[in-house]
Amino acid sequence: MATSNREVEELIGRQYRHGFTTLVEADSLPPGLNEDIIGALSAKKQEPAFMLEWRLKAYRHWLTMKEPKWAHVHYPPVDFQSIIYYSAPKSQKDRPKSLDEVDPKLLETYEKLGIPLKERELLAGVAVDAVFDSVSVATTFKDKLAELGIIFCSFSEAVQKYPDLVQKYLGSVVPYTDNFYASLNSAVFSDGSFVYVPKGVRCPMELSTYFRINASKTGQFERTLIVADEGAYVRYLEGCTAPMRDENQLHAAVVELVAMKDAQIKYSTVQNWYPGDEQGRGGIYNFVTKRGACRGDSARISWTQIETGSAITWKYPSVILEGDNSVGEFYSVALTNNYQQADTGTKMIHIGKNTRSTIVSKGIAAGHGQNAYRGLVKVLKGARDARNYTQCDSLLMGDKCGAHTFPYIEVKNPTAKVEHEATTSKISEDQLYYLRQRGLSAEDAVSMVVNGFCKEVFKELPMEFAVEAQKLIGVSLEGAVG
Amino acid sequence: MLSIKNLHVSVEGKSILKGINLEVKAGEVHAIMGPNGSGKSTLVHVLAGREGYDVTAGAVTYLGKDLLALRAEERAREGIFLGFQYPVEIPGVSNIYLLKAALNAIRKHRGEEELDAIDFLARVREKLKLVEMKEDFMYRSVNEGFSGGERKRNEILQMAVLEPRLALLDETDSGLDIDALKIVANGVNALRTPERAVVLVTHYQRLLNYIVPDYVHVLVQGRIVKSGDKSLAHELERRGYGWVEAEARA
Repeated sequence: MATSNREVEELIGRQYRHGFTTLVEADSLPPGLNEDIIGALSAKKQEPAFMLEWRLKAYRHWLTMKEPKWAHVHYPPVDFQSIIYYSAPKSQKDRPKSLDEVDPKLLETYEKLGIPLKERELLAGVAVDAVFDSVSVATTFKDKLAELGIIFCSFSEAVQKYPDLVQKYLGSVVPYTDNFYASLNSAVFSDGSFVYVPKGVRCPMELSTYFRINASKTGQFERTLIVADEGAYVRYLEGCTAPMRDENQLHAAVVELVAMKDAQIKYSTVQNWYPGDEQGRGGIYNFVTKRGACRGDSARISWTQIETGSAITWKYPSVILEGDNSVGEFYSVALTNNYQQADTGTKMIHIGKNTRSTIVSKGIAAGHGQNAYRGLVKVLKGARDARNYTQCDSLLMGDKCGAHTFPYIEVKNPTAKVEHEATTSKISEDQLYYLRQRGLSAEDAVSMVVNGFCKEVFKELPMEFAVEAQKLIGVSLEGAVG
Repeated sequence: MLSIKNLHVSVEGKSILKGINLEVKAGEVHAIMGPNGSGKSTLVHVLAGREGYDVTAGAVTYLGKDLLALRAEERAREGIFLGFQYPVEIPGVSNIYLLKAALNAIRKHRGEEELDAIDFLARVREKLKLVEMKEDFMYRSVNEGFSGGERKRNEILQMAVLEPRLALLDETDSGLDIDALKIVANGVNALRTPERAVVLVTHYQRLLNYIVPDYVHVLVQGRIVKSGDKSLAHELERRGYGWVEAEARA
């Protein structure tokens, strides 16, 4: 696009001036994206002026951007004008009242995963307080958290109740200009979670939210912001599952983490969006921007992700190591079966002195799956004695899948130590035969070998999550044997 | 227990076994000896259910069932255990995890309840003594970083815990020093009961000093050319395989 910088600036600085009143009345906004839609969205959510301005700046910047093409993934162009950017949540009375009213196919998957009954209700959207469509958040232990001064609420609520905190930190790690999908998200994000842990407070429980895409053709634009003030500690779990779909759905979330001096944030994800069917039809496009900033000395941010779902995953949870002695970690399992594609990895940006980062990536490709690790380790000039260790292993099942590794290393300080190890292996017939000779079924044997391959990552997950993740690997590989 | 009749097996069009006949009764130990490439390993893998072998003729009956119709895991659950010559590494999977999954798969098949953690551990501890291994061994990844001797002892440990009806041991003595050999032999001897049978494949007579077989068979070029008792093994040790091969050709 041949737009000069000044034109861009002007475009971004322009005030919103269109009307949208009729749009606010409707339960759902019509498909398409323009300033009216954004105005209506913001008005529906009764947002303060700064929020609308920020959205519009993001939208105007987004108009100047092009979809990135560098990822090792292929998909037909997304029509952003056919997406519905806001749909009202179903009220409690419209939801299934019990699991008896839920799609049996979905329940079968929960059964295989061994998800407890209570959680199945949550996941299946039975009338309990959980993220549903674009609005609302599970806030079960709110009172207990409030006693400690911890804020855990939906993003919309935070915008209303804690506008100063939101304004201070929103976009401070992922600016609205960051990338095509992050800009789009900034313009139209619907809801998400907000967490603030005050100085010296150790959050006594794991905070978790289950997301679920439900309404057809509703693009999901979640926005999550987690701030751990000095010396604070918080662990956040994000888990997703989606019901059967026969059309592509765009999911472009942004997650920002801010860890101040001596603070620690551990963020774990189990991502199991609908991956499409055996022929590669349908499935979610998961284009996510996740980034954390270690703002103070000795801050620590750790990402753990188990990515088994989505037709396409495009995701690089990263850490900016600003404070001296700060630590960034990335542990990942990405599994692609059938026609799934994943291009995922991390960026570790070493700015402070004596900063350390660890990357452990396990990619599994089966069927026609394509699995790419893409990572950047960047050591800036001032980052004396920075250290990175990267281990990147790929496991192939069958001969129609692919594993690719794109490590980028930029070191500008001679005292840095950067290590990179990579392996690619095929699941061996000998291993499977050995396990079957001990009495395990072929599928259990595959599951055992793959889970063993992922062990270093699973041990970073909380116990219950690790158990769920192991089962998920087994279920995701069904049909991959032979 | 096991009845092999006129078994012909080929791999990728190449004929390996050319009419094996063998009867194994409960309580018996059979040793199968023979030079390299005679088909000893092929025989045990065909019995254990490895894929990639074409059975071109013959039949195998095990406890009244058509063995060749069963998948590898079904054979294992029916009580066939193969001690591997080269036990494979399975990184990230602990020994104890595999053993528990295996035992429970077999118990489930038999309609028995899964062993709880306490009973299972008690059973494993008892068998660890048999093979003179420490408990921390159980928490290491299957065969990963194990010495040759440790791998073989691990096979015997698994066998001891799983308590098979028919144990097939493929070159279990290879790569073992004399102490390890004795430990392995003790493990196998402990399993000798009137209900069970053992078929062991070996190159050397050495192992048979410790596991005394009821029958010795010599396999040459895909055929059992000579059978006898333990004295045959001694003769082979003394004279090599040349004379049996010559006899077979004559």
